[in-house]
Amino acid sequence: MLVFAASRLLRAGLTILFVMTFAFVVLRLSGDPALLIMSVDAPPEAIKAFRHAWGLDQPIWDQYVSYIGHAMVGDFGKSMRDGRSAIQLVLERVPATLAITLPALALKLGIGIPAGIYAALHRNSFADRLTMAVSVAGFTMPSFVLALLLVLVFSVNLGWLPASGADSATNAILPIVTLGAAGAAIMARFTRSAMLEVLGQPYIRAASAKGVAWHRVILRHALPNAAIPTVTIIGFMIGSVVAGAVVVESVFAWPGIGRLLVSAVANRDLAVVQALLMVIAASMVMANFTVDMAYGWLDPRVRRTMVRS
Amino acid sequence: MIDPLVEIAGLTVDFEKDGHASRVVAGIDLAVAPGEALGIVGESGSGKSVTWLAALGLLPTQARVGGSVRIAGQELIGAPMRTLENVRGRRIAMIFQDPSSCLNPVHRIGWQLVEALKLHRGLDGNAANAEALRLLDQVGIADARRRLEDYPHQLSGGLNQRVMIAMALAGQPDLLIADEPTTALDATIQAQILALLGRIRRDTGMALVLISHDLGVVAENVDRVAVMYAGRLVEEALGQDLFEAPRHPYTQGLLAALPALTGPRRRLAAIPGTVPEPGKVPAGCAFAPRCPLAEPRCLHEPPPVQPVGFLHRATCHLQVEAGFSAWALPRAAE
Amino acid sequence: MTDLLEANELTRHYQVRSGRGPFAGKATLRAVDGVSLRIERGRTLGLVGESGCGKSTTGKLVLGLIEPTAGTVRYAGAGMPPINTAAWRTLRRHLQMVYQDPLGALDRRLPIGVQIMEPLAIHGTATPDERGERARTIMDAVGLQAHHFDRYPHELSGGQRQRVVLARALITEPDLLVCDEPISALDVSIQAQVVNLLLDLQDRLGVAYLFISHDLKVVRQVCHDVAVMYLGRIVEQGDAGHLFAEPAHPYTRALVSAIPVPVSKGSPRRERLLLSGDPPSPIDIPLGCAFHTRCPFSTAQCRAETPVLRPHGDGRLVACHRVDEPALRTAA
Repeated sequence: MLVFAASRLLRAGLTILFVMTFAFVVLRLSGDPALLIMSVDAPPEAIKAFRHAWGLDQPIWDQYVSYIGHAMVGDFGKSMRDGRSAIQLVLERVPATLAITLPALALKLGIGIPAGIYAALHRNSFADRLTMAVSVAGFTMPSFVLALLLVLVFSVNLGWLPASGADSATNAILPIVTLGAAGAAIMARFTRSAMLEVLGQPYIRAASAKGVAWHRVILRHALPNAAIPTVTIIGFMIGSVVAGAVVVESVFAWPGIGRLLVSAVANRDLAVVQALLMVIAASMVMANFTVDMAYGWLDPRVRRTMVRS
Repeated sequence: MIDPLVEIAGLTVDFEKDGHASRVVAGIDLAVAPGEALGIVGESGSGKSVTWLAALGLLPTQARVGGSVRIAGQELIGAPMRTLENVRGRRIAMIFQDPSSCLNPVHRIGWQLVEALKLHRGLDGNAANAEALRLLDQVGIADARRRLEDYPHQLSGGLNQRVMIAMALAGQPDLLIADEPTTALDATIQAQILALLGRIRRDTGMALVLISHDLGVVAENVDRVAVMYAGRLVEEALGQDLFEAPRHPYTQGLLAALPALTGPRRRLAAIPGTVPEPGKVPAGCAFAPRCPLAEPRCLHEPPPVQPVGFLHRATCHLQVEAGFSAWALPRAAE
Repeated sequence: MTDLLEANELTRHYQVRSGRGPFAGKATLRAVDGVSLRIERGRTLGLVGESGCGKSTTGKLVLGLIEPTAGTVRYAGAGMPPINTAAWRTLRRHLQMVYQDPLGALDRRLPIGVQIMEPLAIHGTATPDERGERARTIMDAVGLQAHHFDRYPHELSGGQRQRVVLARALITEPDLLVCDEPISALDVSIQAQVVNLLLDLQDRLGVAYLFISHDLKVVRQVCHDVAVMYLGRIVEQGDAGHLFAEPAHPYTRALVSAIPVPVSKGSPRRERLLLSGDPPSPIDIPLGCAFHTRCPFSTAQCRAETPVLRPHGDGRLVACHRVDEPALRTAA
């Protein structure tokens, strides 16, 4: 088991390194930060000085090695806009993002999973068809459309909730609902199909034949098996807890990671973008790692055992 | 005559699909005496498994079950779920064809055994574990203590079937229904499992319903045999009588189609045509289109159940004599 | 009579991982471990054994569908060309295979008539006009009717589909047909139809069969000779009728005794030889005689020394150290 975990961790580290390298290369290929930050008609000496100050006149390979070297000790560079530590800027914004993505996650799981289970247990009933129809609407609607619709209804027409900003707790409600809706829809659909798959298996009928009451068959026999494929999706959702709110934060002017990412990319604020991407990659990778470990706990067939004769 | 343990009367099962109902079981009358071993023989589409799944209420909701199944007087068809759950495992237990997929892959063997013991015998903790060990021992599993901690995927098919049998015995049932219990297993393992079932029957006095498409499996392990075709019971007799002197053309055809392991090689009699699909069974006798002895009335009138010997009944218009095989006729040559 | 096909010390090993994860140990799965056999023109050799004995792999090796790790296959006196060379592809005309699942072996989207004609198109052995004619002839020979030509596989029954597979295999008039569990998926009454058909086709076309099956009764009906396999090796070989009537190797005896048959009161009592335990895995074949772990007669010699196939009586070959001891005949 230890070897398994170690190999997964190694893989995780390599993924993060890959993401950082990719970001590094693409950012430098896509435009000159100096020209963006200083306006186009700044004098050439100023631009040259800027470039030199930020080490942008060095060969690419030297820049890269220097960057990675510093990253290893936790120095991710400084923001080109205000000179503050890039990683500091990023981590400051994380709590704001979590304040909406974590409740949204609770919503996704708390509504999506029970809805999916119910739909599976009452297959082809009206409730099932309704749930699935709502679910399709939920994940096909783009989040900004949903956001604007909600704002229209609850802010403009009803006046119950504020449309943007982050002043009080009520500001968070609309962003959370917007974020949660699509995820709950996907979760419902997925849970339903995982449950249906499991309910069709011979061991479910065998458990009933044993005399086990139906509610216990669902709870102790079906659900633990249905959890196995569902965990993949949940892992993905946990991974996007840090990064998944870019559009929503922009629409609701919520001061989180997503908004920072949008502005940093627009400004070619290299160090901040790279730091952001690293944090996002790390959270995704950790979530995947947790899912891999969870598989081993949930599904005994995956664990490293030799086949006994 | 002793009262039967299980009595099936006029059992019908229809499956609904897109508004059409197709009849999969069309009126079965059958009885199982306490402690008796009854074999059910049939090919695909005969309804042999569906009959018993219907009796225990294990069919999906699209199935409509009619008729009556009584265990020691208690009616099972249409009974509330509580009643059925009390009967399942405790009075009637069932084991199935592919044992490795009938065990829950995420729970240990011990957990699954103890679940049955808790449910039916109210045992818990150490008492349950001790009984689980005893059951595994009874079904001939060596190293039982380790096996309790194993998961189903770690055991072979033969071992898993023994575990299934142990779980079935946990409730101390009066009747065990074994639905093709050895079809998915190798020949030598099959022999072990069938021998085990025989031994358990002798030790506990439990009744057994053995369902199989393999005539040999049925012949060697039961007292009485019932033959099913297209959802109907076509012949019923004591084992010896059925195999020595079958009286229904279908049974005769099945036996004539069996190659012999020893003795002279002879051309197999092949029943022409195929089993009709559930919705397309002809009126009259279901076997008539394939029967070499069919007369015009066989196609239109449902055949009566006729006694043809001691505890021997055949559902046929004709009185086929003992020793005469419909398949010896030139017309029957394929 | 010259041998149509001769296989010598065929071996096929697979390298597998014995656990999971990137650091699992390596192990060798010995699927086929030194199998030699001969198939004569127009005759049938049966290959029986339980799951994991290597009979399907042997069938594929014999046809040249997989490369052996060691050993040779000679067809009509010449060695088997390597897979997917032009010579190998030409040889497919003479060597065909029939599988257990007829629906899986047929293309769902093509009418069966087209699929039956396809081998002729591939080998270019008939003009386009002739192909339809030959297809109908072979369909008639296997018991399909002319109107089936335009049907799709899912519109036919299991027995009919297997006939289609046979027709397709036989249309190029092959010398050898390897049948790998061709009737296991069919009902008993349909099995009899297909068995009769196979025997008729052999009479009419002179095709040889390698008949692989776990069903001893059918093998006895169809085969002239039979070889019994256990964990990748042949343990006994001989005339089918005699072998099943008087099996010599303890494994064969156990197999024969395990086959349930409807016996009548008058028949002689059959031997009952129950094996204990499960067969070992082909990754972990016991040293010495592979069967010694389950054999009721095993001795120290059996544990140490691997027996070879030796003549035992009339045309019989048996790989057992103790087969000649008369005391073992009645012990059970």
